[in-house]
Amino acid sequence: MTLRIFGRPLPISAAIGLIIIAATVFLFIFGPSLAPFGQEDVVGAPFADPSAEHLLGLDQNGRDMLSRLLYGARMSVGVSLTAVLISFAIGVPLGFLAALNGGWPDMIGARFVDVIMSIPVLISALVVLQSLGSSLPVLIGTIALLDSTRVFRLSRIVAQGIVVMEYAEVARLRGEGLWWMLRREILPNALPPLLAEFGMRFCFTFLFVAGLSYLGLGVQPPFADWGGMVRDNQQGILYGLYAPLFPAGAIALVTIGVNLVVDWALAGRTMVQGENR
Amino acid sequence: MSANVLEIRDLRVEAPNGAVLLHGVSLDLRPGEVLGLIGESGAGKSTIGLASMGYGRGGCRITGGEIRLVGTEMRSASRPQREALRGARIAYVAQSAAAAFNPAMRLDKQVLEGPLLRGMPEAEARAWMLELFRALQLPDPEHFGERYPHQVSGGQLQRAMIAMAMAGKPDILVLDEPTTALDVTTQIEVLALLRDVIHRYGTAALYITHDLAVIAQIADRLMVLRHGREVEMGPTAELLENPQQDYTRQLVSERRESLGATADVHHRTGETLLSVKNVNASYGSTPVLHDVSLELKRGETLAVVGESGSGKSTLARLVSGLLPPRAGAVRFGGADLPPRFRDRSADQLRRIQLVYQLPDVALNPRQTVGEAIGRPLAHFRGLTGKAQRDEVARLLEQIGLPADFAARLPSALSGGQKQRVCIARALAAEPDLMICDEVTSALDPLVAEDILRLLRKLQDDLGMTYLFITHDLSVVQRLADRVMVMSKGRVVETNDTATLFAAPRDPYTRRLLDAVPQLRTDWLDEVMAARA
Repeated sequence: MTLRIFGRPLPISAAIGLIIIAATVFLFIFGPSLAPFGQEDVVGAPFADPSAEHLLGLDQNGRDMLSRLLYGARMSVGVSLTAVLISFAIGVPLGFLAALNGGWPDMIGARFVDVIMSIPVLISALVVLQSLGSSLPVLIGTIALLDSTRVFRLSRIVAQGIVVMEYAEVARLRGEGLWWMLRREILPNALPPLLAEFGMRFCFTFLFVAGLSYLGLGVQPPFADWGGMVRDNQQGILYGLYAPLFPAGAIALVTIGVNLVVDWALAGRTMVQGENR
Repeated sequence: MSANVLEIRDLRVEAPNGAVLLHGVSLDLRPGEVLGLIGESGAGKSTIGLASMGYGRGGCRITGGEIRLVGTEMRSASRPQREALRGARIAYVAQSAAAAFNPAMRLDKQVLEGPLLRGMPEAEARAWMLELFRALQLPDPEHFGERYPHQVSGGQLQRAMIAMAMAGKPDILVLDEPTTALDVTTQIEVLALLRDVIHRYGTAALYITHDLAVIAQIADRLMVLRHGREVEMGPTAELLENPQQDYTRQLVSERRESLGATADVHHRTGETLLSVKNVNASYGSTPVLHDVSLELKRGETLAVVGESGSGKSTLARLVSGLLPPRAGAVRFGGADLPPRFRDRSADQLRRIQLVYQLPDVALNPRQTVGEAIGRPLAHFRGLTGKAQRDEVARLLEQIGLPADFAARLPSALSGGQKQRVCIARALAAEPDLMICDEVTSALDPLVAEDILRLLRKLQDDLGMTYLFITHDLSVVQRLADRVMVMSKGRVVETNDTATLFAAPRDPYTRRLLDAVPQLRTDWLDEVMAARA
């Protein structure tokens, strides 16, 4: 008897993914209230080993690692998720529109995105954050806008493959409006690659925030975020300490969890077109 | 020692999902013999062809039986042993040469690749290739190999692929629908040359096809397959004259009927529904239609026939408003039809509906049958809720599918069922004109027959008008009141179906009619003799 969700069998891998995501959501909501210590409290010597009192040891400033991980869950997941959702909300509709209507707006949009993408993301982000100052809304907005160029590109190319299909032609010949074309003809068929991209983008954003924190422009101390914690504790690696492995492991675990679930959601939907044997 | 080059016993092949593709098929192939494998898609013909090389495509596994190729048991043979036989003793010719050649490599390199790899001296291999090019009547055989695949025609490329398969001097050729993708007039040439080459070099062949009339020209024996089982096997003439099994009888009679029967002509005298006057059209700067005119009366079927590149599908795009003409006018129902579909009224859009060749891509894979048919009902006729569901059920019944199919996704339908849904979707708009673009070309013969019957019934019941685009003359003969023959973007001839078939006026029409394979074993000989 296999477990089923939404009428789909649930393999072990997907179950693991769902458990990880559920745990992440739980931490996102309750993490800070479960933490035994405050995220800013210095409670011992830097890089102290794990003990009964501090299950994961202490970080480079002598703060409790477990507590910071629990606080960081809300910050990291919150920032990444919001940024990625916004970038998809911008990139997907614009990409679909560009593919559907073509012509010069498509041309200008696509070339503009190419120009933006030709500048390394970190540099664009630095310029914006430097001039506007690094507050959370600015941070999220910047990441979302920069990421939306990539989402736009993907949505556009996927939708281009769909609008030339005969079923889309039938809908156009019927005189269907924009909303129907986007919502009913393109979106359902573009979903597999977009979902896969969503899973990846979400995880990349963790690391990108960490990269920005490294330059002092990401999540500002003393607030904990997982990417920043990896960076803060990285010199511990040189001394064979565990400290940087805990936040890195947390990021890896969420990445794997999200992608396991995305893979499962996509199973059986990946061969959409062209297969007519 | 056995005299057979290939012996297959109780062959069983399973797909990765556990479905059984072949349930214990056995066959023998003597040296120089041509065995035809015939059946509908899914019958297991190609699976047998590939399994005879010890190969299963796309994760299919050979799970039982024996395959003895020139004395070697392929299933127990090691990988190097199998590879030594492939290309040397047995070679494969695929349906689509365009997809089988590397577009970035010269033809001679690709033809010689196999023999050189197996240690044939280059001079010998090259001389043999030249001989094959000559035997296959390729133009300028000395320099033909210097070209790239895109520089030669489809028929030439298919011949080059036969040369590639013959390059290793195999004992057996596996021919998987080698002429199906070609136009009729090209098919006949390739078929005749292929037969010559096989006979001249005494090569045995497994010839896989769904077209009985084609295989009748070349095979010594036939094996009829269905659902992975042998239905019947026997010498070609005997099997065609006197089929023992019902299924074979059905296949034979479908093909005979398709070549004999003529539609009862509707001499329509009613109003003109569609008229196209002196239309020119082009893709970019390439002209595709020159001065094309036609007239279609209400309730009539006009077939537009031609080979690929004749402009027949372009004509359909033009009438439906997807490609505006450069010059000329289209009138529909007594009014001028705007050239672009965007400029047409909702009513004009409703009255012209298209049905496509490939139902797989004409149905949105993420919409259920009910949604696909229900949408035009809502869009054009404002039907929603229960009224819409009732109408969907009525339409499904009309096209011969159970009402509960409304909840299914296209992936749960067969090719013929999908095409029926496409027709129902078009009917839902209550159109005056249905443009059918090669609607039966992608379907198996018996399924195509059912679709044609359905279209005729709809015409009788609803007085539907069809613009029927096809390359298949047997379809034309069964369905059309009048025929328009096109070639290279021009109208060659337009006439009543019976008249055109009995007494074609244009030499091109004559050639097209003569090239339709007939279900007698001596047809190809006669045609080639007549040409010589």
